[in-house]
Formats: sequence, structure tokens, C-alpha cells
Amino acid sequence: MENKIKKVDLIFDKVDHLAILDKTFQRSQDEIILDVIDSGLRGRGGAGFPTGLKWKFAKNEEADQKYVICNADEGEPGTFKDREILTQVPEKVLAGMALCGYCIGASEGYIYLRAEYNFLLPQLHEKIDVFNKKMKERNMEFAIFIRSGSGAYVCGEETALMESMEGNRGEPRNKPPFPTSKGYLGKPTSINNVETLVFALMIAHHGPQQFKDMGTFDSRGSKVFSVSGDTPNAGIYELELGMTLEQFVNEFGDGDTKAVQVGGASGFCVARKHFKDTLIGFEGIPTGGSMMIFNSSRSMYNILHDYLEFFEEESCGQCTPCRVGCQQLLKGIEAVKKGIKPPSYLEELQKLSETMRIASKCGLGQSVPNPFNSIINNFREEIIY
Amino acid sequence: MTKIEEFVKEQADKYGRRRDSLMPVLQAVVQSERFLSEEAMVAIATELDLSTADVYGTASFYTFLDTVPRGKYIVRICKTITCHMKGKDAIVETLQDMLKVKLGETTSDGLFSLLQANCLGWCHKGPVMLVNDEVYPEVTPEKAVEIIRGYLKKA
Repeated sequence: MENKIKKVDLIFDKVDHLAILDKTFQRSQDEIILDVIDSGLRGRGGAGFPTGLKWKFAKNEEADQKYVICNADEGEPGTFKDREILTQVPEKVLAGMALCGYCIGASEGYIYLRAEYNFLLPQLHEKIDVFNKKMKERNMEFAIFIRSGSGAYVCGEETALMESMEGNRGEPRNKPPFPTSKGYLGKPTSINNVETLVFALMIAHHGPQQFKDMGTFDSRGSKVFSVSGDTPNAGIYELELGMTLEQFVNEFGDGDTKAVQVGGASGFCVARKHFKDTLIGFEGIPTGGSMMIFNSSRSMYNILHDYLEFFEEESCGQCTPCRVGCQQLLKGIEAVKKGIKPPSYLEELQKLSETMRIASKCGLGQSVPNPFNSIINNFREEIIY
Repeated sequence: MTKIEEFVKEQADKYGRRRDSLMPVLQAVVQSERFLSEEAMVAIATELDLSTADVYGTASFYTFLDTVPRGKYIVRICKTITCHMKGKDAIVETLQDMLKVKLGETTSDGLFSLLQANCLGWCHKGPVMLVNDEVYPEVTPEKAVEIIRGYLKKA
């Protein structure tokens, strides 16, 4: 592998989105879905479900109504790519939704936009009005609407998001049934991340090969990264997948990088000694794009404390392992730090976090052990002393 | 009909009276009144044929749907780690001094509420703050004071 990481320009590339749609609507749904499957595209929100398969499942459902949802409830700490995509190339997102709608047989699409991005609403409404008119002119039965969030991180979880759209508390549902069979209002729904929809459009545009040629076996193509923290180059970068963390840090670090939190607060903390053998991607450490870089001046206790406070506030409270677990982990590290509990108490807490992984209902509680254990295993002394 | 009942009715006419109309109606009331009063929640429940407890239960789930009185301008400072690292504490201190309130409080003239928020999605340009829907990235204590002065002039 060459030592330089490769920058790509698929997401922010200005294209004629309507021309791509006109060309693609000439093809059959199955052909397009096969291309998306073949490209290897996996969901860019973090969970990484194969996009083409999701579309195929939704298409195969019989229903009088189906829905497309664009998940723009970007709330993972350290992630800001979806805001940037919606600001710079909103038309490509809309076109990606229409493409999905065409493939699965949905006539309505919804963007669920987090409240923190309400300032984008006037611009988005304008673009949507134009886009919906263009669809009508083409006799395509597809219209897009926006729904706003109200400041709940857990609503980024797909079923919590649908509960919120239906006017309920944003509490995740049990799965199965999966949204592709019973989603919004109980109808088959394909819910995709903002970035995923744009990639799908670009795959329809260029064909699957170009995408497939990039990245690794499990992590095809490129990905938009949100780089923040102790870096001279904070910002948005679309990079080819398959790089190691060492390559990443060489490019973005400040020369004194102690650790990188890959995948946001719910992701993994990687310490310097593991940079070399850590691959960023589904076969290594996956990320929805968040890359927070910390240099040696930072206290890992403060970082872990911040994450736990975040989860304790954002846990929906529906299931006990997550609700109580988040509280106890936070209290627990505070007690160890103050010397109220012995250092060995950390092992008890790690056991508790494993219970959360097994017993929590949704990804929020299930992923709290990721930062917790990776920070404690790598930086135990900093948590105790 | 009181003023708020009338407003809620208008919103229900606009967004519908189905269960999935609830969030847009709640959001519209917060947009206009800055918070959901008991009176407003009772009106919404009546208009949408829901129990008031259900309306409160839904509203209180969401951070941005306040059920306690808030100021005309709600200032939210991002407290997540990267903004923390870029100096959000100094912003909080400066604004507490300027507005003479603590975090979570509203000024006595009812103009400003000072709050913290979880990640606002501007980690590369921290610290960041929201004033209602307006976003201000890369704020410094000096800039924060200026921004608030701007709103004072408008008020």
C-alpha cells in the first residue's frame, strides 16, 4: 500500500443531478439495485448495512405505500459531514432519495433534520420545492418533505427516528421487524444516511466499478471524514477507505497525537502504539466519519467523563441496562478518581459495560462499552490517578 | 378562546390533527412562545384529541421542547469534548458575567436563557453557540459579548 492517503471527490463533485436521474430512470429497478449491491456500498451513518440489500428488501415488500427517509439527525459527537453535504450539495441528496424511491416503489420521501441544523431549513425548503416540481414535470410520482428533530441524539437510531416522526417519544423499537418491512407508519421504509444516498446516486452515475475499485474488500469506496480536535487541519475530507490510523495521523495529527477516537463518542479510542495496525473500515474500526484527535496535553479521564455524561443525558431511559448503566459508569469513574472506590472497581464497571452491550435494546446502550473499555484498557492510569 | 388556544388551533389546521402532527405542532408553539406552558399543552391535547399526560410525556422527552419558561433568545453553548478543548468554558463564564445568570437560568427581563447543549455539529470550528436557530461558530469571549449585544439592540 502506498503511504499517502488518497483524497476523492465524489460527494462534493458538482454534477447535473437531474440528468443522472433521467438517465437512471431508463433502467429497471432491479438493474440499479444490483449495481448498488455490486458496488459494495455500505451505510455511511456508522452501522454499515449493505445499501443495495436494504433497497432490495424494501422493494420486495408488497404494500400500498412505502417511504424513503433520509436520516439527517447527525448527532454523533465529532460528526458534521451531513451538515456540510446538505449545505454544499443538497440537490444530490434529494436526487439520491428519488433514486431510492424509484427503486423500492415509494412515492414519498422525508428528510429528518436535527433541530440543531434548523438554520438550513429555508435553503432546503427552496431546493425541495424546485425538485418536487421537476419530478412532477417528469411524471415521477415522488415528493420530498422535511421533518425536524427536537434535540434528541437517540433519534438518529432509525426506529427511534420513526417514532419521533409519528409524534411519539423517540424510543427505539424492537427489531425485527426491520424498517424495510415495517417502518414509518408501519409501512416498508428504506432509511438511509445523507452520505449514503449521495454515494448511491454517484454509483448510478458512474457505474459500480469505479466505486468497487477503491477501498478494501469489506470497505469499498470512499468516505467523508469529519476531522476535529488537536489537528491543524480540522474539517471535512473525502478519503479512500483502507488506510491505517498511522497514515491518517501522519496526514492530520499535530505531531504529538496520543490517541484518536474513531467513530465518535460511541466509537473506539485507539492509542498511539496501535496506530500502525489499526485499519479504518469495517474490517478494522468502522466510523460514521467522526475522527477526534487528542494530543498528549489532554486528560483521557476528562474525555471519558465527557462521553459518559453525554450518554447519561442522551439515553432514552426506556431500557434499564442503558439507563442505569450509563449513570453507574459515570458515577463509578468519578468514585475511582476520588479514591472512594479502589482501582479494581474499574473491572467491575467493565463487567457492567459488557452487560450493557448484551442487554441494551438499541445501539446507544450497546456501544457505550466501546469508548469505555477502549479508554480504560489503554489509559488505565489516567483514569485512576 | 385564549390567544394560545387560537394559535394551537391554527397550527392544527396547518399540520393536521393526527398523531404524527404532534411534533410539528409542538415545535411551532416552541418557535413562537419559546416554551410549552401548561395551558399550551392542554390546548394541544384538546385539539389533537390526546391526553395531556401524553403530550407532556412526548414534549419532555426532547431537549429543544422546553416545558419551563425560557427567554426570547435561547443561547446554547456546545459542551462536547472538542468545543470544550477549544475553550467553551471561557464563553460560558463570560456570558454568565454579562447576563448575570448561571447556566440553565433566564435573565430577569426575560430576554436570554443561557444553556449548554450536546454536540452541535461544528467540531472543526469550535467553540460554537446557537442563539435560537442562528449558529455562531468559532466564538471567542469577545465575539460572544458582541453577539449578545446585537440581540440586545434588536430586542
